[in-house]
Amino acid sequence: MTSEPSALAVRGLTKRFDRPAVDALDLTVRIGEFYALLGPNGAGKTTTLRMVAGLLKPDAGSVSILGIDALDDPVAAKQITAWVSDEPMIYDKLTPLEYLEFVAGLWGVDPSQSEMTARDLLVSLGLERHLNERCEGFSKGMRQKVALAGALVHDPRLIILDEPLTGLDALSARHVKGLLQERVRAGCTVIMTTHILEVAERMADRIGVIAAGRLIAEGTLAELRQQNGRNDTSLEDMFIALVDTEAAAA
Amino acid sequence: MNSAAHLAWFARHEIRLAWREWLAMMTGGRRRRNRAVIGLVIFAVVLHLPAYAVIGRFAGLQFPLDPSSLLVLSATIFLSWALLLSQAIESVTRVFYARADLDLIMSSPVQLTNIFSIRIAAIALTVTCMALLFSAPFIDVLAFLGGAHWLAGFGLVIALGLSAAAAAITVTVWLFRLIGPSRTRLVAQIVSAVIGAGFVIALQVVAVLSYGTLSRFAVLTTDTAARIAPDPDSFVWWPARAALGNLDIMMLLIAAALVLLGLVMAVFAPRFADTVVSVAANPAVAARGRSRAFRGGSRPQALRWKEFLLLRRDPWLLSQSLMQMLYLVPPALMLWRSFSDSSTAIVLITPVVVMAAGQLAGGLAWLTISGEDAADLVATAPLPPSRVIRAKIEVVLIAITVIFAPMIAALAFASPVQAAVTAIAVMVVTTSAAAIQLWFRAQARRSQFRRRQTSSRIATFAEAFCSIGWAATAALALTIPIAAAVSGILTLMVLVAAWKISPRRG
Repeated sequence: MTSEPSALAVRGLTKRFDRPAVDALDLTVRIGEFYALLGPNGAGKTTTLRMVAGLLKPDAGSVSILGIDALDDPVAAKQITAWVSDEPMIYDKLTPLEYLEFVAGLWGVDPSQSEMTARDLLVSLGLERHLNERCEGFSKGMRQKVALAGALVHDPRLIILDEPLTGLDALSARHVKGLLQERVRAGCTVIMTTHILEVAERMADRIGVIAAGRLIAEGTLAELRQQNGRNDTSLEDMFIALVDTEAAAA
Repeated sequence: MNSAAHLAWFARHEIRLAWREWLAMMTGGRRRRNRAVIGLVIFAVVLHLPAYAVIGRFAGLQFPLDPSSLLVLSATIFLSWALLLSQAIESVTRVFYARADLDLIMSSPVQLTNIFSIRIAAIALTVTCMALLFSAPFIDVLAFLGGAHWLAGFGLVIALGLSAAAAAITVTVWLFRLIGPSRTRLVAQIVSAVIGAGFVIALQVVAVLSYGTLSRFAVLTTDTAARIAPDPDSFVWWPARAALGNLDIMMLLIAAALVLLGLVMAVFAPRFADTVVSVAANPAVAARGRSRAFRGGSRPQALRWKEFLLLRRDPWLLSQSLMQMLYLVPPALMLWRSFSDSSTAIVLITPVVVMAAGQLAGGLAWLTISGEDAADLVATAPLPPSRVIRAKIEVVLIAITVIFAPMIAALAFASPVQAAVTAIAVMVVTTSAAAIQLWFRAQARRSQFRRRQTSSRIATFAEAFCSIGWAATAALALTIPIAAAVSGILTLMVLVAAWKISPRRG
């Protein structure tokens, strides 16, 4: 009997800059899971996700996305993956619809289908009044929403988000969270880094804590509490305790 | 801190910012101050050689001059002033829009009029220093060969720098009042680009129409020009006389420039704050695109469509392209004239067109290859990097073809062989420019277009040498084919050398 592949399987992933940024990291994310990757600044979260998304070449290790070796066949892996960075990278001179049209074209989505999806996505993110306005005057939150819509327009099976809620107001953040949860319910896998621990606490099925490029804790909120030995602890307290322990050990 | 100390402190701050900004431009943002200074000194020393070649033979000039010489000298001084004005408009626009510190300044408990007066003075100082730096080799050569009286040229350059800064502030504030803050940035960029080239091109156009030559000095050295030139004592010649060593006039010009700058400071410094506030309060009107159905097509087609759309909507490129197109006006007129007479001067069109194509291709290649605003998006798209690059290079080739094809087609009617040679050279120079950008590409935002030439000095020089080399090769192919082979081989060697030392070799 063959087991269903994981949405993401990372083995021995290593990246050094002037010091090790990611240190022989092993990470598994299941299909249809909302996984939150937490860690202090410089812990290696973004480097890890950039390697998974194919933006950085690892020094060692393997990355498998839904059974596809992402280092061996990056094009096939990218076809089913979406990446949203903390700094929304969109084109100032394009309108949101034009941007989504471009993204859909890059992923080879049928235009008759992508146009409808694009409009629905932008409307659901509250951008209906700005569909044909160039993005140059948009606030950071609006740009982030356009970037997110771009990531979703080609219906990816794995969505990787690096701090997607940075700069969003409460209402926009709720829109984004709702959209992501909807995708997870539809079977999509979401991996997200965040410094807003409350979001991880509420939304994530499982949480991974990374420090100095290594995974120092992983599990559901309940499992993490169990590991920590206190059932009434908040994620914030656990996170600080874990990171402090790791820093002291280093 | 008392008021005077406060202002002195702010002046020091402004000078430090200007110095660091200039250093960043020279080093491409890398922290290599010592290397930049050494490089600059070497560059300044080396610049004395072309200065000697260009201007050495004029070192013996003394006042009184004949009207033609006065005209040529005055026109050269005016052209320099126009270039300084162009640079100054660019600096003033940046001060208004690059508002990194304006919020802080305006929220601080200081007299804004004084602060903005210092900022205006800092602009004038920066423009003047740059002018002194680039004119120094020419003045040195003239003083060395013709005598110390030429050193008065430094005084003239100071007067030109100060007056250009004053004029730039007036022009920019006037544009604000006339067309509003949202359009001023684009218009000021275009005005600044056109002013620099406009004067030379106008002289060339008149020369082509009247005398059938591309020489910009042809009009100035004619008997007609000499006849209508003002009397030698006229104030029109004061800048030329100051350059020739008349210290009284030089001091007068510096004094006049200082008064002008003072007036501009007095009139505009109190309004600077209002202007800055109006920029913040009137963000650019959101431009709207047409709503239309999504188009189909392959992934490279999507990339090409995006590149073309962005190029079309890029104000920087608009002004840069306008410059290139303006340079094509004189040769186009020359071509038109050659239909009526069989002048051999038509050969001159080829190198001009090839040079223009090379320059434009370099800019386009940077925008498409390096200037990618959504680099992560394109890098995570499911298509191999080689196809992305190919699509981007195709955009450059298509754009250059569309721009230059009409002119080459017109040339084909006058001289089919020359048209064929020009077409081949345009394609070769475009490919060279794209290749250099590819080998030296460093991801940047499109808005950093102005700094593209500082990101890699080697790439900039390689691009310039290739443009000149292929232009010369094409011109020689039409006149001395053997020499064209030599020139072509030398240009290829430049290209190979650039590839050899490029960071992306292999």
